[in-house]
Amino acid sequence: MGMNAIEKILAKRSGQTVVKPGDVVMVDVDTAVSFDYGKPNIKKIHNPDMLVLLHDHVVPSPTLSAANGAKSLREFVAKFGIKNYFPVGRHGISHVLVAEEGLALPGNILVNGDSHTCSSGALNCLARGMGPSEMTYIICKGKTWYIVGPTTKIVLEGTLSEGVFPRDVIHYIAGQHGDFAGRNLEWYGPGLEAIGMDGRLTMATISAELSVEFSLFPYDKVLADYLDGRAKKPFEPSFPDDDAVYDQVITINLSEIEPQVVLPNKVAWNSKPISEVVGKHVDQAFIGSCANGRLSDFAIAAQVVKGKKVAEGTRFIITPGSQEVMRQAVKAGYVETLLEAGAVVTNSTCGACYGGHMGLLADGEVCITASTRNFKGRMGSAEAEIYMGSPATVAASAIAGVIADPRVALKVKELA
Amino acid sequence: MSNKKVTGKVWKFGSDINTDLVIPNFAIYMTREEQPAHCFVANRPGWVDEVQPGDILIAGTNFGVGSGRPIGDVFVDLGVFAVVAESFNGLGLRNCVNAGLASLPCKGILDAFDEGDIAEVDWGTGEVRNLTKGTTLTGQALPPEIQSIVEEGGVMAKLKKEGFVS
Repeated sequence: MGMNAIEKILAKRSGQTVVKPGDVVMVDVDTAVSFDYGKPNIKKIHNPDMLVLLHDHVVPSPTLSAANGAKSLREFVAKFGIKNYFPVGRHGISHVLVAEEGLALPGNILVNGDSHTCSSGALNCLARGMGPSEMTYIICKGKTWYIVGPTTKIVLEGTLSEGVFPRDVIHYIAGQHGDFAGRNLEWYGPGLEAIGMDGRLTMATISAELSVEFSLFPYDKVLADYLDGRAKKPFEPSFPDDDAVYDQVITINLSEIEPQVVLPNKVAWNSKPISEVVGKHVDQAFIGSCANGRLSDFAIAAQVVKGKKVAEGTRFIITPGSQEVMRQAVKAGYVETLLEAGAVVTNSTCGACYGGHMGLLADGEVCITASTRNFKGRMGSAEAEIYMGSPATVAASAIAGVIADPRVALKVKELA
Repeated sequence: MSNKKVTGKVWKFGSDINTDLVIPNFAIYMTREEQPAHCFVANRPGWVDEVQPGDILIAGTNFGVGSGRPIGDVFVDLGVFAVVAESFNGLGLRNCVNAGLASLPCKGILDAFDEGDIAEVDWGTGEVRNLTKGTTLTGQALPPEIQSIVEEGGVMAKLKKEGFVS
């Protein structure tokens, strides 16, 4: 009986020939990513070259505590001689940065102290988030454990319609299938070929909201082209055996999906087609985070708002996922288009996505966001409501001042 | 008699109890000592004043969904002895186990208890008894390797003992 691509990585890195659902495996970790704060209590580390350290949630430091945390991170870098360190100025959201920098690689095991680490699954990299104490453990010992979960195979067929994006696909899955707690996702199908790396990274990132253990995309031409000249070291992709076992197969015809909006407070079993939620007033519209802070998100937002103005009574904030995304978005003219429309383009940071140091929601306010989560109180007041949509939906809503169908905005532009 | 058996009063919570409810965004950068006071302030204000050392948390599916915030530390500091949920988010489970908090996935747990019932949870075997109602059900005990992390008091205790951290 064959293994799927996830099981094959777990078997290889745990030194076993076969693993199956229910097994507990102790694996060697290839890469561990940590951010913002040093860990001054650590006396010895496993291997400085497995670490990637950076600043993302609180950058540049908005508080004295964050400033001292950043200082302790720099001290950690110096103390242990960490080469893969991204100081302020070369910063970015960890999941965006490790992809851009070719540090999350196919067939590798990567951990990170942030829950959206499954983002790197788009790179055929077996990646998941860890809590702070477990990150300390892995930094010290270079190992961790996994319980091998059953795997769902997602097969994408067909093509996305105009105005519908990968973000809508993952919302659709959350709405139709709920959470996948304790389970894995592997993504395949002819529909995937037309979805680029930015879209795959969005779907892999939001897999965290489906409570998956791992979300793994195949090593195909799209990924190979992306890694060409970018990968920092050689790698061995993981492919499923021909007789790989999947516990469940979900086939999705992309052409049948319309834009999907997630309603406030939770993600599983909580999305609706946009036609059922249009017209809801929004005080704030946000695009950013590890889910949608990439260049194509800026491109879509700029396309939707070009020549228009953000509605009175609505704030539109857009945050690049890295300094590199910012540089490219400036170069392509997207930033200028967004500023002309009245959007606020911010520094690269996790910032508004988690109610960090900016873009907070007041009591009773409504936000439409293309970031990662809609939990109660997530972006500020516990009395605020957070809806989630694709970057196109968010940009169209910013212009309309209400939740709006991006297909209308895009069509009007085509006719003009 | 298993040394992995705890008995306590039950607090019931629903499904999709997320990390941001346990540690709200405004409390993320507070010290560990300060954080527990803000647990569940958005969904159940006042609960932290009612929960007593030795109590047991019972929840629905997808418990602990969300971020890497160390939710286990908060429950340990509030004196919670065990969390039993219909299902756990993987990261939520790791953060409970790594804090040394007894954790047990158990299908049917929500229907088997009313709030205030007394539960006897054997997180070694997975057996859960409702001492108030006289009923028993069996959860899916975590593998022995994972249980041993709880027994050792969590990962930080282990690292300290081995001299990796101060």
